[in-house]
Amino acid sequence: MISGMLDIVLALALMGLAWGALASADLFKAIVLFIAFGLVMALVWVRLNAPDIALAEAAIGAGLTGALLLAAYAKLHAASPDTDVDNASRVRGIPFILISVLTLLLTAALGYAVWTLPSDGAGLGNDVAANLDRSGVSNPVTAVLLNFRGYDTLLEVMVLLLALLGAWSLGLSSPRREAAPGLVLDTLSRLLVPLLILVAAYLLWVGAHALGGAFQAGAVLAAAGVLMLLAGWRLPAALAALPLRLVLVAGPATFLLLAVITLLLEGRLLQFYPQWAGRLILFIETTATISIGATLIALFLGAPPNREDRQ
Amino acid sequence: MTPSDYLSAALLLAGGLFFLAGTVGLLRFPDIYSRLHALTKADNVGLGLTVAGLAVQAESWAVAGKLLLIWALVLLAGASVSYLIAHGALQRGMRPWKR
Repeated sequence: MISGMLDIVLALALMGLAWGALASADLFKAIVLFIAFGLVMALVWVRLNAPDIALAEAAIGAGLTGALLLAAYAKLHAASPDTDVDNASRVRGIPFILISVLTLLLTAALGYAVWTLPSDGAGLGNDVAANLDRSGVSNPVTAVLLNFRGYDTLLEVMVLLLALLGAWSLGLSSPRREAAPGLVLDTLSRLLVPLLILVAAYLLWVGAHALGGAFQAGAVLAAAGVLMLLAGWRLPAALAALPLRLVLVAGPATFLLLAVITLLLEGRLLQFYPQWAGRLILFIETTATISIGATLIALFLGAPPNREDRQ
Repeated sequence: MTPSDYLSAALLLAGGLFFLAGTVGLLRFPDIYSRLHALTKADNVGLGLTVAGLAVQAESWAVAGKLLLIWALVLLAGASVSYLIAHGALQRGMRPWKR
């Protein structure tokens, strides 16, 4: 009874926040509501017994995406102070009706698909459980992400790198920091950054048998980097060119190399020998964590660091 | 209900009261500085009481320690971020509210 009411309150809050984030004319307000939406979404995932997704949603959906949106807002605001969405640019008339109908149809189709799911179906859970001891890890989520459906994760890691290439190719230059960070922010970053790195390493290691994994660990690592950037830290110029690019590419490249090797040896993409799988997965996840963290930090900065130095 | 259940119920209710008061203050106080004051009471004391109420029910010292660690981190982040918001507001020339 009480938990049912909690679920209803969460669902209503989620829809209210989503509407607020979309309909708000004030961009800053929309971003804040979007971050709140991500946090409530994480709670909903916890209620749905999906703590892995909840962790990823809180770290990436609310935390890092929020930081990226706020950084983008700051750049927009610096370029032109009037960032409010004016009424003239809103969609109306025939396009409005068309978009509304299509969205409603999509919602109905998705709702129907969820509604008709077999309520007692375990899905592929039994197959995963039956093959878990051959996957090299004991956490079924990691087994699916890195072994049974490894190519999905390979593509996700690639997409992140592509996003960074897209951002860099815009040719923006990130402004130098204006003021000294101040004692409070400096102390906070000195206290939190070592702890965040420790938590990232823990999440990476524990992913083999419990809640955790490369994306969550990478997001925590990126949080440490964003905090350091806010406190005025900049990548030394000597590391900004080739070393940074090597770090960014290490994760996707390792993953891709293993995919090619397994394709040649086994005839199948990312098909690991069971006795090797655990070590290979840890190796992939370690390089992926570092690359994901570095990529997210670079996205927050928005421009290649060496270009910033030239100006 | 055992005595420890009563204790955690009392602590959780007291924590909830602080969150309620903090939220009302956040919505009703006149300027950014007094709103921050209300918000940090909810974060610091409200969460502290909630953590204490949950720690009473914890199965082991490790779980209680993790709960305390969460509280300490929120205290650290909350205090720092409140300072940063207030400092930023002062630098933008927002005057504290006066009757």
